[in-house]
Amino acid sequence: MNRYPVWKYIIIVVAILLGALYTAPNYFGESPALQVTSGKSTVKMTSDMVARVTEALKKENIPNEGISYDGTGTYTSVRARFATPDIQFKAKSVLEKDLNTDANDPTYLVALNLQANTPQWMQSLHALPMYLGLDLRGGVHFLMQVDTKAALTKRVQGAQAATRSLLRDKNIRHAGIDRVGDTLEIKFRDDATRQQAKNEMSVSMGDFLFTDSGAGDDLKMVVSLKPTSTKEIIDQAVKQNIATLSKRVNELGVSEPVIQQQGADRIVVQLPGVQDVARAKAVIGRTATLELRMVDDTITPGTELSATVPYNSELLTVGKGVPVIVSKDVVLSGDYISSATATFDQNQQPAVSLELNGDGGRRMRDATRERVGKRMAIVLYEKKDKPEVLSAPRIDSELGSKFQITGMGTPESAAELALLLRSGALSAPMDIVEERTIGPQLGAENISKGLHSTMYGFAAIAVFMMVYYMMFGFFSVLALACNLLLLVALLSMMQATLTLPGIAAIALALGMAIDANVLINERIREELRAGNTPQAAIAVGFDRAWATILDSNVTTLIVGLALLIFGSGPIRGFAIVHCLGILTSMFSAVFMSRGVVNFWYGRQKKLQSIAIGTVWVPGLSK
Amino acid sequence: MEFFRIKKDIPFMRHALVFNAISALTFVAAVFFLIHNGLHFSIEFTGGSEVQLQYTKAANLEGIRGTLETLGYEQPEVTGFGTAHDVLVRLPVIKTIAGNQTAPVVFEALCKVEQGSVKKVSAVTAKGEQVSKDSCVDAAGAQLIDLSKFDFVGPQIGDELAANGLNALVMVIIGVMIYLAVRFEWKFAVAAIIANLHDVVIILGFFAFFQWEFSLTVLAAVLAVLGYSVNESVVIFDRIRENFRKQRKAGVQEVIDNAITSTISRTIITHGCTQMMVLSMLFLGGPTLHFFAVALTIGICFGIYSSVFVAAAVAMWLGVKREDLIKPVKEKDETDGAVV
Repeated sequence: MNRYPVWKYIIIVVAILLGALYTAPNYFGESPALQVTSGKSTVKMTSDMVARVTEALKKENIPNEGISYDGTGTYTSVRARFATPDIQFKAKSVLEKDLNTDANDPTYLVALNLQANTPQWMQSLHALPMYLGLDLRGGVHFLMQVDTKAALTKRVQGAQAATRSLLRDKNIRHAGIDRVGDTLEIKFRDDATRQQAKNEMSVSMGDFLFTDSGAGDDLKMVVSLKPTSTKEIIDQAVKQNIATLSKRVNELGVSEPVIQQQGADRIVVQLPGVQDVARAKAVIGRTATLELRMVDDTITPGTELSATVPYNSELLTVGKGVPVIVSKDVVLSGDYISSATATFDQNQQPAVSLELNGDGGRRMRDATRERVGKRMAIVLYEKKDKPEVLSAPRIDSELGSKFQITGMGTPESAAELALLLRSGALSAPMDIVEERTIGPQLGAENISKGLHSTMYGFAAIAVFMMVYYMMFGFFSVLALACNLLLLVALLSMMQATLTLPGIAAIALALGMAIDANVLINERIREELRAGNTPQAAIAVGFDRAWATILDSNVTTLIVGLALLIFGSGPIRGFAIVHCLGILTSMFSAVFMSRGVVNFWYGRQKKLQSIAIGTVWVPGLSK
Repeated sequence: MEFFRIKKDIPFMRHALVFNAISALTFVAAVFFLIHNGLHFSIEFTGGSEVQLQYTKAANLEGIRGTLETLGYEQPEVTGFGTAHDVLVRLPVIKTIAGNQTAPVVFEALCKVEQGSVKKVSAVTAKGEQVSKDSCVDAAGAQLIDLSKFDFVGPQIGDELAANGLNALVMVIIGVMIYLAVRFEWKFAVAAIIANLHDVVIILGFFAFFQWEFSLTVLAAVLAVLGYSVNESVVIFDRIRENFRKQRKAGVQEVIDNAITSTISRTIITHGCTQMMVLSMLFLGGPTLHFFAVALTIGICFGIYSSVFVAAAVAMWLGVKREDLIKPVKEKDETDGAVV
């Protein structure tokens, strides 16, 4: 009765092997590395950079331990690993010189940091080490609150300008447009005009609601944002800020930054290894500005670098260093831009569509009327004193409060330009509402403290169990060790971030998991005490204990889930480990330890006694 | 080895009244301290800043306090921990210094007192990682104070955390009660929740009495204890149900006594094992895990008490009967089964 079919053993062996595989990366440590990221908003990192970095290192005969291209979306980098910090240092100066033409305005940033030593074949199986939380690694954590109100106000301001020009174009007479909070109030003299206005406006302003109010001579129409579009604007504002932040964080050369949305309107930024809080704050909290200026047409294209720059102009670059001479007079500042989105033009070619608010439309008309056929430069000031030209499109016709930039080539570059335009003009202001800085030393101390307490606690339990339950105690400890292995493997597989409360949760999960084995062992002893044969006692013991184990674990799981749903920050990490720990403990304590017991005792038909410590039977001894 | 050689069932329920009186008293005391002293919430709940500093020389706590008062902080909390060099400063949110400017302002002021100046120090670690930070150094360049940790939490975050904590507690209670009511019976659900909330209140009472810092991690520990001791009560209830099935003649009181007696060795051994782990955290886990481990220790000790003496007794007062747990076998209905 105490035999497991072969497939059950196969499951156990596979589970242990997988566990070992995914736990292993945590033990390889880290080696010195260089991280190359883009230093300019207009330069994107692509996988071609790997070849360039390899080339540069080869030229100077610097050996490396692997070069890879990492990251997704806006956060991409090329990383090279080296054997020693000395080589790493040499490589840094080589790469900085080779990749950048101007040391004062670097196109690519090269930063020193560490990278995990996981072997390639493990990485390809997604066996990667767990991230270490800031409390274990040191670094800074910011929680930023996005001022969504500002984003909404800006949208409504844009709508106000759009309404005004629309009503003028359609010759609809109104008696004034006022902005009241996040709504617009348009006064009308008669109802017919009001209805006409409503019809016209609902065509072009899809994300607004129009309600009539007022009576008699004081007829009004209230224009408000639809709840869905409000949500969308807030969402967009947060996404926009996340994208901008990711680009900026590049500059800090952090190896594994975390930039995530938390809740509706907050963003978490975690920069492991960063200790220079002032600089981090300056970089993150920077406000980018955008300007539209005219390209100086007195200079023949192609001779920008050799010609003398006229008095009221300056030499700037587009993208990876194409020179362009731009007038210093600002036609329009980014404040006037109320939306910038990637769309398609009438020929179905990718384009970026822009909308201006206030008297931006009038200014634009005045500026472009006389200058059809000339080029206009869009200048982004991401860093002070280092303007970059995002694009210098030709003006094809007189432009108003709504216009398009066409000839973008690919939809990706249209999206990229729209993103950059928004980052200069539309990012909603952010406030730091939570800040944590942890020194690297404290982090290292926390790791060793966390690991030591788990280790000694485990050892104490192991010794006690083996003394008290003998062979069965050993089986229980074996199951507990497997539990630890599986738990760490699961966490690594999920790429969870390990924090100190997380380590505490692992320790606690182990302390609580032993409960299942104690229940089983006590039950078996009880059955033996009642006079059952050893084989029967094992079978009945496991069966009876199972119901209890299930019940008690479900209640603990309920607690874990509640913590997971309502918890934040450290509690969440604790809750994840807690829940996973319960699941792995059910598997290892019941399924695996039964397997080991069956393997050891199950084959013996005439089993006389089992080593489960003293089974005291009342009346037999004193 | 066998610790528990119990010949006869221990008549726990005969003394149920005494046990319940004891737990009622501790409960009332805990509630009293909670109301009278209140909990000493960490900045995670109240908002404010916490700065952990490491001085090269022994730190002068009074001097630090004085310096902070000149900055405009009323009654700054300055405590030493671990060694004479480590200082923990807790500051409320004040209007004159913006929250995210607290660290540089405070650090610079404290640095000046030590006749040092804040300089940017950039270094590469032995492993090859570049670290640059503001450091307080004297004229010769030796470090005087190291800022090892800085936390700032805006006041709006705290309110949300408190609300979420309460939500979590309520959800745990509801979830556990529903599960127990379905698996066992409503009387057990009520008994388990009463017994275990009593643990929670007592832990909170300890934190209020000693004015230990109540942080998010402690909250996690308290909720974990809630789950853990419900788990404990479940093991006993499970045995009670089993005994009702097996011992058809025994009265309710005997059944409960037997259930508790036969599970007592498991109760003590399991808790002992968990406690070993927790003690290891308490002694080796450092200051961050200290109060987490303290909360768990109190929770485990009272968890044993409440599940053994309180939960079963409350279930008994509520009047559990054999019929509550063992559904009488229904007489087969004549029309049961296929009717053509």
